Parts: sequence; C-alpha cells; structure tokens
Amino acid sequence: MTVIIGLEIHVQLNTATKLFCSCSTDYRDDPPNTHCCPVCLGLPGALPRLNRKAVEYGLKVAKALNMEVPEESEFARKNYFYPDLPKAFQITQYDKPLSIRGVLEIEDDEGHEKLVRITRAHLEEDPGRLVHKGGGDRARYSLVDYNRSGIPLLEIVTEPDLRSPQEARRFLGRLRATLEYLGVFDGDKEGSLRVDANISIKGYERVEVKNISSYKGVEKALTFEVTRQRNLIRRGQPVTVRETRHFQEGRGVTTASRSKEEEHDYRYFPEPDLRPLSVAGWVEEIELPELPVARKNRFVEQYGISLNHARTLTGDLKIAEFFEKIASVDPVLAATWTADTLLGELNYRSMSIAAVPPGHFAGLLKLLKEDTITDKAAVQVLRTMLDSCAAGNECEQPAAIVEREGLARATGVDFAAIVRTVIAGNPQAVEDYRAGKKGALNFLVGQVMRETRGRADPRELGELVAACIETTEG
Amino acid sequence: MAGTLSFAPDDRCNAFITTCDAAPYGDGKLSGVAVAVKDNISTCGIQTTCGSRILAGYVPPYDAHVVSLLRGEGAAIVGKTNMDEFGMGTTTETSGYGPTLNPVDQTRVPGGSSGGSAAAVAAGLVPMALGTDTGGSIRCPAAFCGIVGLKPTYGRVSRYGLVAYANSLEQIGPMARSVGEVSRLMEVISSYDSRDSTSFDRPYTHQPSADIESLRIGLPQEYFGEGVDPRVAETVRSAIGRLEDLGAETVPCAIPSMAYALAAYYVICTSEASSNLARFDGVRYGPPAPTQKQWHEAFQEVRGEHFGKEVRRRIMLGTFALSAGYYGKYYGKAQVARRNVRQDFERVLGEVDVIAGPTMPTVAFRLGEKSDPLSMYLSDILTVPANLAGVPAISVPCGTVDGLPVGLQLIGRHFAEEQIIDAAYAYEQEGSA
Amino acid sequence: MVSEIEIESIAKLADIDLARDEVAGFTREFNAILEYFDALDQVSGEETLTPELTNVFREDEPGGCLPQEDVLANAGSTEDGFVKAPRVM
Ligand SMILES: [Zn+2]
Repeated sequence: MTVIIGLEIHVQLNTATKLFCSCSTDYRDDPPNTHCCPVCLGLPGALPRLNRKAVEYGLKVAKALNMEVPEESEFARKNYFYPDLPKAFQITQYDKPLSIRGVLEIEDDEGHEKLVRITRAHLEEDPGRLVHKGGGDRARYSLVDYNRSGIPLLEIVTEPDLRSPQEARRFLGRLRATLEYLGVFDGDKEGSLRVDANISIKGYERVEVKNISSYKGVEKALTFEVTRQRNLIRRGQPVTVRETRHFQEGRGVTTASRSKEEEHDYRYFPEPDLRPLSVAGWVEEIELPELPVARKNRFVEQYGISLNHARTLTGDLKIAEFFEKIASVDPVLAATWTADTLLGELNYRSMSIAAVPPGHFAGLLKLLKEDTITDKAAVQVLRTMLDSCAAGNECEQPAAIVEREGLARATGVDFAAIVRTVIAGNPQAVEDYRAGKKGALNFLVGQVMRETRGRADPRELGELVAACIETTEG
Repeated sequence: MAGTLSFAPDDRCNAFITTCDAAPYGDGKLSGVAVAVKDNISTCGIQTTCGSRILAGYVPPYDAHVVSLLRGEGAAIVGKTNMDEFGMGTTTETSGYGPTLNPVDQTRVPGGSSGGSAAAVAAGLVPMALGTDTGGSIRCPAAFCGIVGLKPTYGRVSRYGLVAYANSLEQIGPMARSVGEVSRLMEVISSYDSRDSTSFDRPYTHQPSADIESLRIGLPQEYFGEGVDPRVAETVRSAIGRLEDLGAETVPCAIPSMAYALAAYYVICTSEASSNLARFDGVRYGPPAPTQKQWHEAFQEVRGEHFGKEVRRRIMLGTFALSAGYYGKYYGKAQVARRNVRQDFERVLGEVDVIAGPTMPTVAFRLGEKSDPLSMYLSDILTVPANLAGVPAISVPCGTVDGLPVGLQLIGRHFAEEQIIDAAYAYEQEGSA
Repeated sequence: MVSEIEIESIAKLADIDLARDEVAGFTREFNAILEYFDALDQVSGEETLTPELTNVFREDEPGGCLPQEDVLANAGSTEDGFVKAPRVM
C-alpha cells in the first residue's frame, strides 16, 4: 500500500519586526500583550505596512528552492472569525503568491537522492495565541495573547511527493537546515515551525492532519495516521472523505476535528490596504550562501570524512559550523566524535550545540589524538564537561577534568599490582584461559578496566594480563 | 498661543456624538480654530464610535494621521460628529445615536454619511470639520446643508486612523462654509504619511484663485438625465452658465459606464465592509461579548444586538458577493466596471479640465422618506463615480430649490484639487453674487 | 433570486444574528438590490491587476509598542494580562 504525503509548512521568518508593523518579534520571554500596537491588535483604523525584509527572506527561500517568482504578486484577505485573529481576517497570499514551482533534494528511504516538488511559498501573518487555563478541555473561556499576532510566516506547500513518514521527516530536516543556512529562520524557537499534512493510502481518501507543532511530531503523527488508515482499509472500513484530523502531541494520536473546517468559505479578495508586489527582478541580486547539499559534498571532499558523517554534520547549520571550527585538530576524529558521540550526549541532555565552546571540544580531541586519554576516558570527560556547561557555570576544560579526576592514560606497568590482584582473585577464569577459552581473557581485562576507571588501553591491558598469567604458576 | 477652548454648542440638530467642553489647542496655521471631526476618525483619548453602538465607549489609544496634523497646526478638536453607522447611509439616520437634523430645515435630513460634520458647520457651531467620503459622504451633506465639501484624490490624504468601511474608495476631506476655508483645511491634512501604503506624497499647498479664463468644463449627459430633479438640474445649469460668464468653456460629454457604476460601487463597498466590520466582536473593545457563551454564539449575539439594520444588510450583501460561486459575478465584475469608470473619466478629463454637474439628484429628503434601501442607494448615483475613479470632487452651494440648498459638483483630474477649488472659488466669489 | 433559507445561510456565513421576523423583509430587499446589481452583467472582460503603485515597504526597524494597560484598556474583560474571550467549541 503506497503512502502519499504532501506537507504545508508554516515557518516563522526571523525578522526583527512583525510583517505589517514595527513591533518586535522577540516576544517569547515577555508578558502577554506587550508586543502590540494598533496594527497587530487590529484596532479600528490601523493600516498594515509591509516589512521589506520579510519579502527579501521569502525570495531567498524561493531562490534556494529553485522556485519561479512571478512578475506580480499580491496579498489577499482570508476571512474567518476566531478570537486570536484580531482583524477577523488573515492577510495572506491567495492566487498570486510570492513564488511557485520549486524543488528540494532529499534522500529517500533507500538513501538515494530524490527531488520533492514545491508547489508554492507565500507570505502571511501569524495569528495571536490562545491559552486555556487548567489545560485543554476544562477551561470555559479563552485567554488571548496578541504578542504573536503579525509575526511573518512563510507557508511552503509541497506536492504529494513524499512516500513515508520517515521521508517526510527527512524532508523537513532538510528544509529546516536550508532555511537556517539562509539565515531566515531559527528552528530552536518554540513553535517556529508548524505543519499540516495531507496523507492518504494510494487509491483511498485523503486526510488532512493539522496542528503538528514540532519537527519531531511530524513522523509520529504520520506514522500513527498511516497505521490508522491501513487498519481501516484492512478491516474494509472506508476512510472518511476529506477528513480533517488534529494531532494531539501529548498522546501521539490524531483525532477527528469537531468543526467542519473543510466547509469554510474564506471569501478571499485582494487586500485593499496594501500595494501589489513586483519583485521578480530582485531574485537575481540575491546571493545564496552555501546550502546543506553543497556543504555535505564539500565536507566529504575537503575533510575526507564519510558521507554519513557529512550528512549528519551538515543537517544543522550550528553543528556544521561547530565542526568546521574543530576540524583542524583531525577532521576524521572530529567528525566521528561530533557525529557519533557529542550529538547523542547533547540529545540526551536536551542541550543545544550552542552551549558547547568549540575550543573545549577541540581540547578533548587533542587529548585523544595525543593518546593522553583513552576513548573510554574521553567519554567520561565529555560527560563531565557537558554537565558543567548545562549547569550554566563556566564550562570546565577537558584537561582540567582529566587532571582532577586522574583520568590520564596510564601504562600497563602502573597497573601490575591491580593485574596481579585480579588474577589472584579469579582462579577459575585464569584456568579457563589456560584451557584455551579466549573469552576468559576479556573477562579479566574487563575486571582490570573497572578497577582502573578506563584509564588504560584495553589492547595493552590484554597483553599485560596474558603475560602476567604466563609468568604466574599454574 | 496655546490654550484651551471652551466649547458648549447649542446642538439642537444632534450634530455631535461627543463634545469636548475644554479643548486644548496649540500654535500653528489653525491655532485656536475649533474643528469638528467625524466620529469614524480615531482620536486618542476621545471616544470614537463610527455612529455605532458596537463601538460605544471605545477610546482609541492613538490619533489618526489627520488628527495629529490638526493638533500639530494648533487646532482645537472640539468634538466628534454624528454619522450614518460606519458611514453606511445617505441621511445620517442610520446612526446608533439618533438622526442629525438639517439646520436649514429641521424636518429634513442633513444628508450623509458625514451629516453631523455638515450640520455642525452649517449651524455655525464650528468653522470647519472633517468628513469622510466613500461614495459621496462629504459632498452629499455639503450639498444638502448648503456648505462646501471636498473629496480629495484617493491617496492624497492618509487614511491611517480612519475606521475602514470601504478601504479602496474612501478619503478624509475638509468641510467648511467657504471654499477658502476648505482649501485651508486641505492644506493641513494632505501631508504625506508612510503608514498608509495607498497614500501618495502629493501635499496640497494652494491659494484659491478666481481666474478660470478658458477653463474647459465637461457636462456629462448622465448628470442631467433621468432620475435628476429637473429643478435641481436647472439650478446647476444656471450656475455653470455663470462660470461661462467668467470665461469658462463648456463641452458636452458622456460617461457610459454610469450605467453600472452604482451597482459596481455597492458591490465593492459592501464586500470590503463585510470583511472590515467582522473585527467588532466585543473582545478587544466595544460592548463585551459574553465570555461564558460559545464563541460563534457570542459573536453572533454581539453583532446582532449592536449593529443596526443597514449595517447588517450591507455585511450580508458583501458576504454574499464574495462567497464561493458568486465572486466572479459580483466582485470580479465590479472590479472590471470600476476600471471602465476610471477609463471613462481619464478619457473625458483628457479633453476637459473639470467635469460639472449636480452633487445630488434632489434636495434634502424629509426625515424617514428613504425607508427603502434601494431607493436610498440610487440617490448616490452622481457621487460614486468620483470614488470609483479615485478623482477629486468638490460640492459648492449654487442656489436653492424650495428654499433647500443645491450643490454644484466639480470633478477634476487625479491630484488636480487646485483646479476644482479654483473653479468652485470663482463661482463662490463672482458667480453667486 | 435568493430564498429566505439562503438569506439565513448567508447570515450564518456572515455570523450575523437575524431575528425571525426580519428574514422576510431582508429577503425582499436583498432581491431588489441583487436585481439592480444585474446591471453588471453588461460588463465584459476579466479582472486584471493595474496597479499605479507597487512595492511599498517599511524597513525592518523596531518601533514602539503600546503599554500593556493601553492594549487591555478597551477590553471587556481581562485576566493576568490576557484578553478574555468566549471559547471556540
Ligand atoms: Zn504591532
């Protein structure tokens, strides 16, 4: 059963001010209704004024996605009534969007390159935010905060080219990276990327899943929905025609929408308070930075690292930049330790790479490269260092941690006493080893390792233990 | 000299919704001059209702651009004038605050929708006032009350702070007893404002001149034909005759798009209004929506209760005209019609300097006379074309019929207010003598 | 011609309360007006964009916002700096 997925992605553009007024967009840590003016509050008589930067950002994205920019585009009113929409219409673009027909390259489930077609990308304003006290269903009324009202959004619509929830996630990852590389988007901000997805099993009805408010939620929501639809089909039950469902992030499920949103008649018409745009000529002037695919290829070529590592490292602008700062120590070592270890440790702590000083991490890599510490000790040092960064204190230097904790690699000779103790304490294992069971040696080495807290190299220890057994009477 | 003007008008015509008994003023071109402002223009700290109960008690936290300009030139804002609810009417009878009476004859309407501003000026309560004109709302009451009113070129006066009824058509404009006073007020309010994306940087600085030697005046047959009271037409013709005596030349012309201009106007203004007026939900301002009720129920209740009948009718007309399946037949067609009107005016105004005709087809109606909405709409036939074309138009008193004032309408090219003001001034100075 | 039922559905789309006894009158007046709008049937041609002015922008420079008390001043009810609104069910 072929899965068909198309996405509508709303991303907040990181301009300094809102789309149609001069209110600052930096509202996240501030009290409600403190980033508002007559325009974004929809006060009677206020008029919108278009932010040039938002248009420039939209065009940057259009160019990066190889889109056409029509000679003329225009804003329109989408009329619907909702308390978080202060004018009772959203200024958006309808039949004359900023850009149309583009592509974004991703990897499909087999790792092959694949082009996903972009239908259109247009500018629109974000509504305010509704808060419900006591959470969700119990509140009898809504509380409205208009700080978000008027934040510029770029709505990017894809063709139904995606074939699995994993592919959809990869698409979003690549899109997000592209937007960050362009400097028009900050994915770390809460709610800065929201997705609606159209999903169907080929030959059956299409369902729209709304309200997916995070990058990670997309795969979850779509996986749930694929299973739900497949089960319906297997049981011979129909998929409801053009159904709208909402993703419940907390529960990881989609539920049927109570209001019949598909029946809305939005009565679009051109926004009379704004002038049309004629910006096709600007596109030529735009200079694009290096984008994720190009950077990935360059990493392989310039640093000699694996394609997989290059993919991981370029999937996020901040990680790519971090890597380039530390690569000089030893590119392959740096790639391995960043992609395979650091990212996992950060993820585990819900930390951003921004919290890690590159110099510190480079210091750790140097200790490794100079054989001052073992791989195992390095992991320990990294964890201690990240914990110190996360605590909000000044990050501890790896060398200082090694010094304090006594984690420097020691030579086997230093452990002769421990080796002798372990051999003496495990006669059965020693006997097994002598009887030719190689596994017994690993066990003994493990015992020594535990005692030495990872400071010794396992191979070296193995030789030491073996030699020691030879010289011990049997 | 800055100071405070005490203002206690004998407002027997109900021209004002709000008055300021102590109005501060400053220095400038209008220092100490009492100016009345139509109640759909936002005034910081002074209630702004648009003649609607749905905005009762709403006090804007900001000034409209024109109000800032007035204050900047020292004017004393003495009150907010009555109007048809949100400008939707030709009589000022649809106001939620009671009708305004015509100071010339209190059994008659003052015209609308800027009826309060016209009555306040005509009754001598203020020397000048601001009105707004979406389809004749300055010129009609100016004509009915026997004063001068100018609708500027679309984009010459900032709309920032004007509570929108039909954004693509309306302009704020000056109203006064003489052309000179209208010109003086226009000079103050026409300063450019970047907050209105539809405005042009074309300030008006002009001293009216009565020299109209060889001015070419077009007389469209449609302005003197069916539906126009012959006595009104005759009064206007003789006024134009006086302009000829002063050296102007008249040329017959035609504006064929007048056949559907009014229909186009009502489709466009109701469509825009249906969208503009949806924000009055009792949440951020206005009489509060009952928060214990479900949203749509509360919203419908607020709008049903506080909007008058004409407003609800126009919102429904506009909703219908924009709805799926009807957009092309109504809104789309109206835009084409509007382009045709504009082209007709450009063609005629390529051949003549100004177009002249009556402002209104009749003199002021009796109160309650226009109870049928369509018959009221039809009385806007001579004023709406200038709004559709975006050109400036002025109404200047030119005589009476049955003792009631008649207005001469002069329509000019885009940004040629100077020319129609001169023609009006010439008539006022020399013609009516 | 629109029927009374259509008038009621337009009122619903517009979220406007019509009293029962208003429906017949609204329908009659509505139809008279729509008949007048038929004048537009004689207009031919397509809606086109003929802007006199394009590309009117503002620079991306932060300006002042209203103090929270001004934002809330005209609201019927507020709570903890939020505006209180009926809930969408
Ligand atoms: Zn704002």
